[in-house]
Amino acid sequence: MRRTKLVSLEEAIKRSGLQDGMTISFHHHFRGGDKVVNMVVDKLARMGFKDLKLAASSLSDVHAPLIEHIKNGVITGISTSGLRGALADAVSHGLMSEPVVFRSHGGRGSAIASGELKIDVAFLGASSSDELGNACGYSRSENPKSICGSLGYALPDARYASHVVVITDDLVAYPNMPMSISAADVESVVVVDSVGDSTKIAAGAIRDSKNPRDILLAKQAAQVIINSGLFVDGFSIQTGTGGASLAAVKYIREEMINRGIKASFALGGITAHMVKLHEEGLIGKLIDVQSFDKVAAESIKNDPDHQEVSAVEYASGQHLGSATHALDIVILSALEVDTDFNVNVLVGSDGIIRGAIGGHQDTAADASLSIIVCPLLRGRIPCVVPKVTTLITPGKSVDVVVTEYGISVNPDRPEIKQRLEAACLNIVDIKYLSQKATSIIGTPDPLPFGDKVVGIVMNRDGSVLDKIYNIQD
Amino acid sequence: MMFVPGNNPGMMADAHIYGPDSIMLDLEDSVTMAEKDAARLLVYNALKSIDYGSTEMVVRINPLSTPYGKKDVEAVVKAGVDVIRMPKTETADEVRELEAEILKVETEIGRVGETRIMAAIESALGVVNAYAIATASRRMMGIALGAEDYSANLKTNRTPGGAELLLAREQIVVAARAAGIACFDTVYSNLDDMESFRHEVELIKTLGFDGKSIINPRQIEVVNSVFTPTEKEINKARTIVAAIKEAQAKGSGVIAVNGKMVDRPVVIRAERTIALAVAAGVISEEEML
Amino acid sequence: MAGTLESGDIMITIDPGEGLQIDLQSSVEAQFGRQIRAVIKETLEGLGIHDAYVQAVDKGALDCTIRARVTAAAVRASGKDVWKD
Repeated sequence: MRRTKLVSLEEAIKRSGLQDGMTISFHHHFRGGDKVVNMVVDKLARMGFKDLKLAASSLSDVHAPLIEHIKNGVITGISTSGLRGALADAVSHGLMSEPVVFRSHGGRGSAIASGELKIDVAFLGASSSDELGNACGYSRSENPKSICGSLGYALPDARYASHVVVITDDLVAYPNMPMSISAADVESVVVVDSVGDSTKIAAGAIRDSKNPRDILLAKQAAQVIINSGLFVDGFSIQTGTGGASLAAVKYIREEMINRGIKASFALGGITAHMVKLHEEGLIGKLIDVQSFDKVAAESIKNDPDHQEVSAVEYASGQHLGSATHALDIVILSALEVDTDFNVNVLVGSDGIIRGAIGGHQDTAADASLSIIVCPLLRGRIPCVVPKVTTLITPGKSVDVVVTEYGISVNPDRPEIKQRLEAACLNIVDIKYLSQKATSIIGTPDPLPFGDKVVGIVMNRDGSVLDKIYNIQD
Repeated sequence: MMFVPGNNPGMMADAHIYGPDSIMLDLEDSVTMAEKDAARLLVYNALKSIDYGSTEMVVRINPLSTPYGKKDVEAVVKAGVDVIRMPKTETADEVRELEAEILKVETEIGRVGETRIMAAIESALGVVNAYAIATASRRMMGIALGAEDYSANLKTNRTPGGAELLLAREQIVVAARAAGIACFDTVYSNLDDMESFRHEVELIKTLGFDGKSIINPRQIEVVNSVFTPTEKEINKARTIVAAIKEAQAKGSGVIAVNGKMVDRPVVIRAERTIALAVAAGVISEEEML
Repeated sequence: MAGTLESGDIMITIDPGEGLQIDLQSSVEAQFGRQIRAVIKETLEGLGIHDAYVQAVDKGALDCTIRARVTAAAVRASGKDVWKD
């Protein structure tokens, strides 16, 4: 009789051979509704593990309970794309002895594939799994509990980790195929009551912003794309999920219809907006590393033209075959942009960590046209500054910055600048934008950074790009 | 002209980024009595410090008959406002009273003659006196309709078609044109019905209004698109203007374009179309010369 | 007291005090705390007020808004307006 893979979490951990000092990993496809990280780390703490390194694809507000585990020495190292909330605040104030290592999604994928980031045990939440471990981010059963769509950020872990534990709240009959995670990669399957809060994992389709500023920025961004010279039949596009980015899709769609232009693919970060355009015949394929809402999650399950890809296939800088290399246009946001077009999406202007690199470095570097859309000011916080607080995406990757006070084009793209000026867009020097911000809000005082390195920002190629220091209160 | 409540510092700080032709900071109906003093200070400081660029700045003060009016005038003149909008104007005397108050403050700060006036007509008596109001002062740059108070004064209510406003609108346009000043139509408050809004803007443009008051940046695009001449209209205007110039050069008085006689009203309309197109930024200023 | 807790505004409460004491709570304390306190002080001194206990809750107000709210609070507290009657 074969030994079953279906075990309790405690048994799965024992079978994995996990020891103090090893690396465990998680994905973040359940976003703000995730229960897996806290559940597993709680159990590991109770089982007496210490000095574990946590390699998550990202962490958010919901992971604040990790603070206690860090204080108790259960977790002594973290690598992630981002940190938010109380955990981020604590890290910024010097909670950990080892700096947190920040990587982009593509960077994490490459590091796992090359072995630079070695994962001993991966704990991968799944929306459905059969008893052998064929797992998906959606479910074909009657009552799926926690669907999330693409499992793109879990796939490198599933493939390369020494030991893989699938955790699901929806056990289905074998074979759960087509599958995202293959049973051949899985050692144990754990069934729990709930892997995530479905109200917080994926919303219904996000509604278009009615905020006049978002609409203004969206129209400007759409105009940049339409007049860039890249808006031709067969173009490809990726957008972020901010209000202005999503609203821009609406204006781009109008012009696509007017001109009879179709997109060959949309990449990302797939939302209901993109699914709608695809179903209308305006976008050929959807290449999906993360599904942001229920519409996208259903679409990836049912539509063969909506393809799930791993983080490596999505954006690895070390793999020329990754999708970002074929990407024409990307719309991104920013916490800060400086006068050299460097971008910061990770650290707030108060010096506290509050965001994530995500795919920013990857898409900005590989896309033919990288557009940053951000308001000049957020309240009294400037978004165009003389120098970014922390460098995440180098300026040479950034082509256009769109604000409500004007649009700046990187001097190394003179042909783009010429086309946008010919279209009568409000093109200004990036230094003008920085000065405009200062003239409205005043000059901020320098931040009270200390001497302790609390975070290291990695470049896509594995080199160190910047360091984050602690904030003293 | 975009209305912005004078007690909302967040909105006053960046209302101009949406590109309205003018912004009206309001000290009157959108501000409660308890906050009139604070709003006056917010508007004063905003006008002095915020760079509104080329946007024309208007402030709607409280009537001089209230405890607030005089202080409002002092504050906004000292802040350098472009136009003071006087609400509920009914007689030419009221205009002259405001003018005297403005002159007093301008004299004190040594900037005589810089502040202009816009009169809002919001009652039956105001409509009856429209021409007298329009000609009451050299500072008067325009008159406007305030439909809410006007329709209440008429003892009726507002309807989508605006039948109750017909006389008021026509009277205000006629009075403004006879006086050689501008005229503006009233606000449209349903932000979710852009279709009906567009119909109303098209109607008032046909009636002859120069512009419309709006309450949200989302309405700006509709107003601009209705008032901006189409390419067809611009090209037709260009043809007429070119023909007139050619005729003038030859010393001939009468011209024909496409077999039709072109007399003075047609030429004036063509010049206005060019001017509107330049103002909207769709053609360059050289065309006006 | 003048101002609200809305974004872009600052709520100012002025009470009697000895010397000028400013108690500031701001969403941008690190970057602009010093500047906000300076503007409050400058505005009060411009009105001839050198003794007061000021409580300020700031939600990212610009300098011009701070000046307006401080003046309004001071005028309300003293009953003496800055405009002629």
